[in-house]
Amino acid sequence: MKTILKLIFVSLVLLVFAACKNETTTENGTSGERSSANDVQSKNQGQAFIEDDGSQPNVLQIALGSPDHTTLVAAVQAAGLENALVNAGPLMVFAPTNAAFEALPAGTVEDLLKPENKEKLAYILKNHVTPGNYSKDFLKKFKKVGQASGEDAVVEVNGDDVYVGGAKILASVPAGNGIVHVVDHIIFPAN
Amino acid sequence: MKKSINILFFLAIAAGLVSCNNGNDQRGTKGQGGLASNAAERVYVAPGEHDEYYAFMSGGFSGQLSVYGLPSGRMLKVLPVFSQNPENGYGYTEETKPMLNTSYGFVPWDDSHHPDISQTNGELDGRWIFINGNNTPRIARIGLQNFKTEEIIEIPNSAGNHSSSFITENTEYVVAGTRFSVPIPQKDMPINEYKGNFKGSLTFISVDQETGRMGIKFQLIMPGFNYDLSHPGRDKSHGWFFFTTYNTEEAHSLLEVNASQNDKDFIAAINWKVIEEYVNNGGGKMVPANYAHNVLDEHTHTATSTMLKEVLTVNPMDVPGAVYFLPTPKSPHGCDVDPSGEYIIGNGKLSADLTVHSFTKMLDAIENKKFDGEAYGIPILKFEDILAGVVKQPGLGPLHTEFDGKGNAYTTFFISSEVVKWKVGTWEVLDRQPVFYSVGHGMIPGGNSRKPFGKYFVALNKITKDRYLPTGPELTQSAQLFDISGDKMELLLDFPTIGEPHYAAAIPAELIAKNSRKIFKLAENKHPYAALNDSETKVVRDGNEVHIYMNMIRSHFSPDNIEGVKVGDKVYFHITNLEQDFDVPHGFAVIGANNAEMLIVPGATETLVWEPKQVGVWPFYCTDFCSALHQEMQGYVRVSPADSNIELSWSLGED
Repeated sequence: MKTILKLIFVSLVLLVFAACKNETTTENGTSGERSSANDVQSKNQGQAFIEDDGSQPNVLQIALGSPDHTTLVAAVQAAGLENALVNAGPLMVFAPTNAAFEALPAGTVEDLLKPENKEKLAYILKNHVTPGNYSKDFLKKFKKVGQASGEDAVVEVNGDDVYVGGAKILASVPAGNGIVHVVDHIIFPAN
Repeated sequence: MKKSINILFFLAIAAGLVSCNNGNDQRGTKGQGGLASNAAERVYVAPGEHDEYYAFMSGGFSGQLSVYGLPSGRMLKVLPVFSQNPENGYGYTEETKPMLNTSYGFVPWDDSHHPDISQTNGELDGRWIFINGNNTPRIARIGLQNFKTEEIIEIPNSAGNHSSSFITENTEYVVAGTRFSVPIPQKDMPINEYKGNFKGSLTFISVDQETGRMGIKFQLIMPGFNYDLSHPGRDKSHGWFFFTTYNTEEAHSLLEVNASQNDKDFIAAINWKVIEEYVNNGGGKMVPANYAHNVLDEHTHTATSTMLKEVLTVNPMDVPGAVYFLPTPKSPHGCDVDPSGEYIIGNGKLSADLTVHSFTKMLDAIENKKFDGEAYGIPILKFEDILAGVVKQPGLGPLHTEFDGKGNAYTTFFISSEVVKWKVGTWEVLDRQPVFYSVGHGMIPGGNSRKPFGKYFVALNKITKDRYLPTGPELTQSAQLFDISGDKMELLLDFPTIGEPHYAAAIPAELIAKNSRKIFKLAENKHPYAALNDSETKVVRDGNEVHIYMNMIRSHFSPDNIEGVKVGDKVYFHITNLEQDFDVPHGFAVIGANNAEMLIVPGATETLVWEPKQVGVWPFYCTDFCSALHQEMQGYVRVSPADSNIELSWSLGED
């Protein structure tokens, strides 16, 4: 666990600095660059950065506050998806635990967190998000849910247990902009 | 240990960000923020100078239409359309109350959504602007000479008038599609028998090219889907109209689950020219209906409401070749057609991709019968055979697409809160910019035409949260102005809007500013109660109705002393503004009036009803600071007991 955290830490730090570097180089380019006004805005603005301690926590804040989801949070930050998770939504996030990430073959997480895999990582994470807000019980009405990745995840019921894309819902936390279902597996997209 | 790693982690990230900012600072010419990118200069319109564009933004749940200047974002006016407006008496005065009449009676509010400016040959002509009322289905026409709502027509057999009001490229038709399907004709039936029994109407309203008068030409009675948004074909696809649908499952409950089961819904392609010809040759079925048609007469300054009793319906099965379905992934919302008319974009709000259909391929698929089954007898074209391309993973929650006339498209993404610029034809993403926050529609001036003015893009946002000084739990919506003249979009300005700006339409100011009326000519005033000079002022009793023929000029009412009114009377103040000078309206308000004030522009006559309930001497006054002697512009009405014998009398300046 410690090693993974360290790795995440190191790769994120690299990522952030690498991003800066990339920018300064493209800045010398011609047509491709963004204006600096926009650049600054996209870095530290957006709904994820609003100070608001009065509202019910949103799905991102719930994940940030959970000691069982540090890997997920790191991945969301690496993929730059913070602002997508604080939207009006409603958003239903299937949040794999740290244990779910640890169960992956060695090196998988480290590999995904590499800057060059940012899009791939974002695609996988988007496969854990459904536009909607349904309780575990209500989800039993569905045969499938459409994920933000564009793919569908199959919903299966086994006794009291509900599985989405093969991942079992362990617990559910209502959020200001939806709901977080804690799951025991990564929901890998078919593509 | 974990904690310290976390702390380290955030410190490192922060350091990274800070160093990024430093990097920005060092960029010299570009610098940081709006100042160095001279955004302020580019939106600054000096005092006394005019904006380059008029932007008409829907007032959403205010029911009105607001007018802004671009690029300054200055609000110029709120035009009352579907809601009463106490500011000027619209919907309160006797002259304007008929504008809000419907088959449900007087409906003083609506939810206004999608304005569209009239066109000639596919280009904006600035004659009129149309907008839909979503809740109690109506279409309004606002004249751009007077900036006034001149006509409202109710749409029968419709419910949730959402895929409206979009116009064809010579303003032949204003089109209004129903969002909710309903029993047609309405009847008492179980809701769970929806499937196959409820229908959706798509209404084509013809527009008289001289007067702008609207009349329903025909209603196409379609399967019971939800018709979400629409746009006309243009140029090569002129003669067609495209509507997105969702809920092709025909669910009647819990649509968020049940209407998302099909992988694809449809864009309905309607060849209205074929249907027009069919109807002109006597086709279609006239059916009983009941809907209001309200028209404001410019000379009497008075609206009349006429109830119409029948409407011509067309069954798509009766007109071969008129209707096809284009399969489109996942509950498409916006339905947008590029300026060339070739590409039809389905913004599948639950899809991660944008689907672009080709008009040429569509015609070919029709010609060669490349069908993939049918729905209620309407051919479904093969998806693969009409597909022009897919914009892959451009963002989350695509809603609408606009075009700049330079081969680029701009799509708004609600969930990922961004605008994405992409290339029409290659489908590659060229740029993306965040918006603050949760954008709905976007708008480029002339966006629904062959000739967009691709200088600005306006994002119409649903949520503002921290963007302005806080005003409690209820916050404004907003617009954000982007400069799109370069390769990358640049955010220039935020400004708040009224209600919710669902959509907007903008036009170069030079096309309409010169036509804007300054005054109404008194000589053309045909109001039956007008008092065009002091010899025409009088007070007339008719049972318990008292009609006061009054006029006003700086700085008095004539008459200003009235006696003989009794408790229980219904008093009509018919007031004519005798001014023939630019920007000298007068207001009128009387104590205890149960309606509003009225604002009377030069040369016009308006009427406010007052029902006095208490004996006494009651004042009235001018509400608009009209002149140096505005505070002297007042009068009295003496109200006597109901059984009083005091005769009516009126005077001005007598002892």
